[in-house]
Amino acid sequence: MSTTVSTDGPITPSAMSDLWYMIRRYPLGVAGAIIMSLFVLAAIFADYLAPLDPFSTNARASLARPNDVYLMGADMMGRDVFSRLIHGARISLAVALGATLIGSGVGAAVGLACGYIGGWFDLIVQRVTEVMQALPLLVMALVITASLGPSLRNTIIAIAIPLIPTVARVIRSNVLSLREMPYVEAAKATGMSEFRIAVIHVMPNTLAPLIVLATAQLGSTILTEASLSFLGLGVPEPYPSWGRMLSESAAEYVRTAPWLVIFPGLVISLVVFGSNLLGDALRDALDPRQRG
Amino acid sequence: MAQTPLIDVTDLRKYFPIRKGLLRRTVGNVHAVDGVTFSINAGETLGLVGESGCGKSTVGRVVLRLIEPTSGDIKVTGRSIVNLGRDEMRPLRRQMQIVFQDPFSSLNPRMRAGDIVGEPLKVHGVGDPKDREARVAALFARVGLRAAQMRSFPHQFSGGQRQRVSIARALALDPGFIVADEPVSALDVSIQAQVINLLMDLQREMNLSYLFISHNLAVVEHISHRVAVMYLGRIVEYADKKTLFASPQHPYTEALLAAVPLPDPTLKRTKHRVDGDVPSPIKPPPGCHFHPRCRYAEARCKVEAPVLKTIAPGHEVACHLR
Repeated sequence: MSTTVSTDGPITPSAMSDLWYMIRRYPLGVAGAIIMSLFVLAAIFADYLAPLDPFSTNARASLARPNDVYLMGADMMGRDVFSRLIHGARISLAVALGATLIGSGVGAAVGLACGYIGGWFDLIVQRVTEVMQALPLLVMALVITASLGPSLRNTIIAIAIPLIPTVARVIRSNVLSLREMPYVEAAKATGMSEFRIAVIHVMPNTLAPLIVLATAQLGSTILTEASLSFLGLGVPEPYPSWGRMLSESAAEYVRTAPWLVIFPGLVISLVVFGSNLLGDALRDALDPRQRG
Repeated sequence: MAQTPLIDVTDLRKYFPIRKGLLRRTVGNVHAVDGVTFSINAGETLGLVGESGCGKSTVGRVVLRLIEPTSGDIKVTGRSIVNLGRDEMRPLRRQMQIVFQDPFSSLNPRMRAGDIVGEPLKVHGVGDPKDREARVAALFARVGLRAAQMRSFPHQFSGGQRQRVSIARALALDPGFIVADEPVSALDVSIQAQVINLLMDLQREMNLSYLFISHNLAVVEHISHRVAVMYLGRIVEYADKKTLFASPQHPYTEALLAAVPLPDPTLKRTKHRVDGDVPSPIKPPPGCHFHPRCRYAEARCKVEAPVLKTIAPGHEVACHLR
């Protein structure tokens, strides 16, 4: 509250000046949003954007260096890396967004229920999440895909489930402190139902940690998918996934054809970076206290 | 007293169980409120004073049934409310509201002030949205805020203004009784006076009753009609304001009053210092709770708990020696 505090309340600005305000206030967030929307656009319009067919092989172009046909080189089977990366955006973003949304959504719901209902319910759910957390994320995802079989849908589920306990625990502890807040007591004093209190007063205030967690996990889901695909349990061949493009070539071609490692790695880093920037800005932008 | 008091509390107790171990067995109780009896008439303010941890805030919350009492009875206009269910409690909640101490955490940071004040109206389905907005605007005006501030978020207000928002929220349903739990303790002294005066004006206009909880004796003396002094979960002295401040009878009250800072450095004061700390409410001392710190304590005080007895009309003291 260092600047002049407007006591008149914010006058609703026009959409344009609102946008301009956001750009000036959160330049990094806007950068993150641009990065993310580029990838989303690439995923949607992959068929039109990719210069070459991502599946067609060409023995003569095997391990071709980046040139004017293969902008980012070609892999061992002579498939265009650039086109595969564009098409890979579909799979990778579907896995990352799908798993993060499902994991955070279910986790938040479980955490809210635990913090709110408490008692035996909370005790049992907490022990279950502890057991889940004791297993490494990858191991659990492995077991789940192994039992469900490899497919895009199962990959998303396998990556989403291990995210649930982390989110649930963070939200639960947040809820436990929020429900003791005097404004929650004030709502009780007016006779508001517990459910409405949870939805109106508790849930919106768990948003900040939830967004931070979700964006942080977005990156790790891409990497988990990479590991799963590398082990043959992720998205099956020949569909291009960034993770598998990186992990398969990292082992064999890092010396002989580094472009097979560099470009997928760059793309993954960029998305993780973009999602973190966007998440931080989103957290601030959704908090009225940050708006002065 | 011929009239039925608005709030009538009898032998109220609240023990918080202390649970330990895997089976969460109860190993003891915190005796937060240990047999408290008082009544408040319409348009009257009862000041409830005591050190921190003596259970005064718990009393306020139990009276509103934000915390369930362990035992005892609470009557609102003659009707017992301790056994009412949620739905039966709802209409009564319109009559009883609360204002909290901390102006920062008592307002949801994500809601606009106008929505905060209008929320009780919404919960009870009062009027349509337009009607509610007009009512909220009127409430804002009544507590000395501008209608334009309805669109502001809590962080855009100062502490005193936030407390006004809290008061407006408490007034929204036109209650007869408000628990004011240290409503000015977190404010600057100059702002304290404004808020106190606002509360007193509102009382005159709307015939409000307050349970005014505070540790600040000067504030309590200013606003209250009657005062109850609490020590470790029990009321030790209960009298009208003038009597209590002019002739305190309980040794604890005496010591409390002696500890009030006087705005005159030349005045010499008789020191009745109370040594030591408040004993643990988990294992309160036997007999009179105050005896370990009382300079008049006798053998009897260590064994037998004194009950409140009337020593003059409207003046009750719980002490063996009076």
